Formats: sequence, C-alpha cells, structure tokens
Amino acid sequence: MSTYLVTGARPYGEAPADLLLEDGRIAGIGPGLSAPGAEVVDAAGLVALPGLVDLHTHLREPGREDAETVETGSRAAALGGYTAVHAMANTDPVADTAGVVEQVWRLGRDAGLVDVVPVGAVTVGLGGQRLAELGAMADSAARVRVFSDDGMCVADPALMRRALEYVKALDGVVAQHAEEPRLTAGAQMHEGDRSARLGLTGWPAAAEEAIIARDVLLAGHVGARLHVCHVSTAGSVEILRWARSRGVQVTAEVTPHHLLLTDACAESYDPVFKVNPPLRTDADVQALRQALADGVVDAVATDHAPHAVEDKESEWAAARPGMLGLEQALSVVLATMVEPGLLDWRGVADRMSARPAAIGRLDGRGPLAHGRPLAPGEPANLVLLDPAARSVVDPAALSSRSRNSPYAGRELPGRVVHTFLRGVPTVLDGKAQR
Amino acid sequence: MKRHLLEAADLDRADATLVLDTAAQIDAALAGREVKKLPTLRGRTVVNLFYEDSTRTRISFELAAKRLSADVINFSAKGSSVSKGESLKDTALTLEAMGSDAIVVRHSASGAPHRLAHWVRGSVVNAGDGTHEHPTQALLDAYTVRRRLGRLEGVRVAVVGDVLHSRVARSNVRLLHTLGAEVTLVAPPTLLPVGVGSWPAEVSYDLDAVLPKADVVMMLRVQAERMNASFFPSAREYSRRYGLDARRMAALGDDAIVMHPGPMNRGMEIAAEVADSVRSTIVEQVGNGVSVRMAVLYLLLGGAQ
Repeated sequence: MSTYLVTGARPYGEAPADLLLEDGRIAGIGPGLSAPGAEVVDAAGLVALPGLVDLHTHLREPGREDAETVETGSRAAALGGYTAVHAMANTDPVADTAGVVEQVWRLGRDAGLVDVVPVGAVTVGLGGQRLAELGAMADSAARVRVFSDDGMCVADPALMRRALEYVKALDGVVAQHAEEPRLTAGAQMHEGDRSARLGLTGWPAAAEEAIIARDVLLAGHVGARLHVCHVSTAGSVEILRWARSRGVQVTAEVTPHHLLLTDACAESYDPVFKVNPPLRTDADVQALRQALADGVVDAVATDHAPHAVEDKESEWAAARPGMLGLEQALSVVLATMVEPGLLDWRGVADRMSARPAAIGRLDGRGPLAHGRPLAPGEPANLVLLDPAARSVVDPAALSSRSRNSPYAGRELPGRVVHTFLRGVPTVLDGKAQR
Repeated sequence: MKRHLLEAADLDRADATLVLDTAAQIDAALAGREVKKLPTLRGRTVVNLFYEDSTRTRISFELAAKRLSADVINFSAKGSSVSKGESLKDTALTLEAMGSDAIVVRHSASGAPHRLAHWVRGSVVNAGDGTHEHPTQALLDAYTVRRRLGRLEGVRVAVVGDVLHSRVARSNVRLLHTLGAEVTLVAPPTLLPVGVGSWPAEVSYDLDAVLPKADVVMMLRVQAERMNASFFPSAREYSRRYGLDARRMAALGDDAIVMHPGPMNRGMEIAAEVADSVRSTIVEQVGNGVSVRMAVLYLLLGGAQ
C-alpha cells in the first residue's frame, strides 16, 4: 500500500499541517513532515476534514440501475467528500433480508470508492405489516445497524413500538420517515399559501410533527434509540428539543435541500423540486439551520434520490419525489452554515462525519471505523476542500447516473479536491480515481 | 399580452380589459350575420389537447377557433398515443413538429400547461389544469358580469362552494381582483384551502350573511366524490347550509345575478328554480365563452400581426 504525504492542509480549517497517511492510518500530523518515498499530494490552503458519512442515500441498486448503481452512487459520494454512505432499503427487491443487504454491501466493496453500509427495512417489503428479519441483517456480513422503511412511514404505532424495542438487542436504531399517511394522501408540496395558489395538494407540517411526537414518546417509554430522517419543519425541531430535554435517545438529520431551498421553488412547477418531505417555508429553513447549529439536529444527511429523466420531466403530480445531493452537500453546508457563521469547520466535521457515524455505529469499528477525528493512529479517511472556489452546478457534469439536481444553474461555494478512504485516494484533484 | 395564457395572473388590468373589449367587438361584428365566421386566423393551426373529459370547454374552444377560420385538431387522451404511455413532453413535441400555432390544454395535473409552455414555441392556453386555474372561464365570467351589470369595478361577487378543489375559483379570485371587483369566498372551512387568507378575497362560512350584499353569486360545482372524504357530512346538509334555493335567492338585491360554470348538480348546490330564473346567467355564460375564447385566440395568435 502506498504512503501519501498530504502537504500544507489546514485540519478543521486551522493551522497548516502535513498529514502522513500510511497503511490506511494517519501516521502523523504536523508541520514540515518528511517521508522519503511517499507520494506527495499538494493540499496547500485546503481545509482537511474527516471523511464524510451519509446516513441517507438512495443507490437504487438492485432494481433501478437506469437511475443509479452502487458504483455510480459511490463515485458521486467520493466526489462529494464522503467515505461512507448508508444505502436505503427501498430497492427492488427491498433490502429486507440478509441476502439483499449483503448483495448491496458486496457491490459497494467491489466499487471501492466509499464504504457502502446497507440500511435494512423495518418491515417486510416496506409493507408496514410485520417486522423483517432484523437480526439476520444485523448478523450478516453487512452488519446492519440502521433500520428504516424510508419512503414509507412505519405508521402503525404498535408495530413502531415493537421495532424500537427489538433493535435494542442489535445495538440498532430505527430511522423513521415521519409522515402520517392519512394526512398526506395525494400530497404534492408543503401546505400553505403557495399550495393554495398553485392548486397542488398540501403536505401539512403536522403530518410530520404528529409522527415525531408519537415516536419520541414511544422511544422514551421503551428506552430505545430513535432516529428521525429528513426533519423539515420548525415544529419538528421544537418537539425534538423537548424530547432531548426529557432524556429521550433521539437523533435527527436534515437534508442539504431543506437547509437551502423553500416551497417558492414549486412556483415553476418543475418537478426537480418535488421531494418528500416537501420544501418548506423560509421560517422552517431558518429554524433548521439554527437547530443544526445547536446540535438539536445532529447530522446533515443527503437523501440523495436519483431519478431517471422520464420520472422527472413530466407534469408535477406524475413525477417521483426526490433530488440529488451527494456531490453538492458540502457546498450547501458551506453556503448555509459556515459562511453565515452558524458552524465552524469542527462543527461541520461533527455534523457530517462524527455524529452520523456514531448514529450508524460506524465509529467503533477499529481500522474500518468512520467519523473518527483527524489524529495519529486513526483511519486515514479524509476530505480536502477548497472553500474559496465557487462554481455553477451543471447537472450534465455530475457523476451520478441521474440529472435531477435542484441546484442546476446555481452558484455554490466550495470544491472537494481530494478524498482518501483508508489512506487510498478515491478522488484526486477533483477526479474520481476509479 | 404575454405569449401564453396559463393563469389569470398573466393578465394585468389592461390586458384583461382588452380581452373583454375584443370579445365585445367580435360579438358586435358577428351579430345578425348569417355566416358567423371571421377570416382572422386562416392558415393557423390550433390543437385542442384534452387529457380530461370536457364536452363544453372543448366544444367552446373548437367553435372559437373555427369561427376565426383556424384549422382545428382535437387530440383527446383516450384512444391516442397517450393511452399507450406517451409522455406529455413527447406529445407536445409531436404536435409542435406538426406545426401547431397554439395548444389549448386541459389536464388533471396542476401546472401541466406551465410545463407544456416550457417545451413548445407556440402559444399555450390553459383550458383548466387540475385544481389550479381555468383562466378563460374567469374571463367569460367577467365578460358576463360586465354585460349584465355594466361594470366590474366595485362589484361584489360571492363565490360559493368547493373552493379548495376549484380551478374556476382560483382564476376568478385573481381576475376579478385585477378588474376591481370585491370577492367573498363562501364555503365550509373544509372546502377552503389552508393559506386562503393570503388571497385577495374575503372569506365567510355563512352564506345567508353574504347574500344580501352580493351583486353576483357564483355557485361552484360540488363533486360527489367529496362526500366520501368527510369534507361535509352529507349532500343534504351541504345543500341546507350552502345551496342556493328560492328562499335564499329572495334575499338577493334586485339586480343581483346568479352564475354557475357548469355542469350543475341541480338540487345540490343550486335549486332548479334558481338555475332557471331570470337572475341566472348560466346559458348566457356558455355563449359568452365562445366570444371570449375567440378574443383570446385572436390576441395570442393574430393580434401581434
């Protein structure tokens, strides 16, 4: 295995230092390191962060390989600065057995660009009727710890209670897609002034908040861990804040798009902006940014959701919900959190690497761990980015197989220059290495 | 005028007035003529692209285009390539390649005409999209009010019924506001959208309180399927609280008129004796629809030349 000497980087945006990467680990950090024979990677002025960890990625394989594959999604992730991604279970077939999660895990290992960590379905076929074999998935080679019916809500309260209880034995967590289905039948966008005018059926904030309120009560009652996917409303933030103050073991994530975009995007009727939960109001965006800064919302998770052109180039109601995120997530966090002074680089490392890794139980896996600090002896997972670079997002230039980026044509700050996975470069000078 | 007519907000006061004045000129020009046809759009092609069943609107547009001597193609989703899975975009590009100058589109998805306008070079006229808008209906309603009452400025219009699902209501609120009328929406709270407070209209739950002050009562169709979704307890209760019957009609001022975009549910939102009374403009609205749609097509396609 090669040795790399990354020179002149600024760990966490602080004083410049060289990083020596050897045998998959960080062998040394400090100014003026020398390592004869090491390959030198110039990182002068670049910010170094631990490799990012995504709790919420749709890789579409198996089933919709025309929209994304484990390989193309892994490449997009590496280019976004990620070294580990959780692959959601709503594939075809659904990842509800040890066989499917192992298949996804192996495809990720073969692609070799990020660690692909499968999420297991909570219920068989995402059907919301009976528990999938959660233990078998946990014990498989994929070592599943996060269980989610994402895309569907585990709406039955008794079943949700059982799931929360059951995964305690697996050191697992249920990641809930909080959406009361009876309140969102036919829903197309956030319910408010704009939905009223645009004639698109509304998705009320209360449909999310009601489920989060119910679930934090259940999690508190049975003493289980709960994770809330893609929190999108100010009201949800208040419920989470209350639950934490009561000692409930609840964590939550916010997507880049919910940190940046609002329901004003729906005015165009361009379904690239159709997503579930929907884009909300500016007040919600501000509350989510503050919650991420405060740590009430623990993590940024992309909900990267590739869709084929024909599933998006249509009338709004006919389009599938979801948008790309992996390649722009760090830029959006830079624009919405770092530049306004809500989060420093250590904060970014915490919300995009350490905490999501801890939620997924990836931080304690020794040499295979993620979310560890930049320190000697730790796995050499890191991203180097140029925060001063700015560029206009061109969907055609993305590495994802799909093109449904809500940031098309938008100028965003920051550029991922290099990414290392266990000391091996997956991205060098903005180019994927495999 | 803009190139497309997608929603009532595309028309400012001058444009909206121009459409109504043009419709009046057309009516005057055709009055008493044996051949009700103008040569204005000869050689131009208008496509009626209807993804939803609609007899009256499609026929009205067809008649309007034919009276302007345009070539008219009726393309209905049933029995066409659409039923074989062709996308809206592919259909649009196909029609464009065949040389259509205007596409009149009716679609069950809100915003479909906006998407269409994105993909074609010709004009797009929204003939009703989902629960969004139906701008030519609002124009013909405004034209009808102006003919009956002689003005629109300051006219008090009550729009009664299923506002939540009504594209007619959305277009009327916007257009009547643009033209200076004062709109009050009357419905049970379940049939008003969350966010209605941001509309340029008053809101009331009490029809009896609104009627004595109204110059115009516009009744909206209530679809039977709403009854199964708990928007109101029963047709009977709806009719008692929000239906326009003879007793309520008696509360109206002397010159007040009653409108309905059709098709009506007689005995539900409107009683037969009201629909057939002298106050009713329901049949007149249908006739005015052709004139107004002629004006729209003329101004979008011919007016610039």
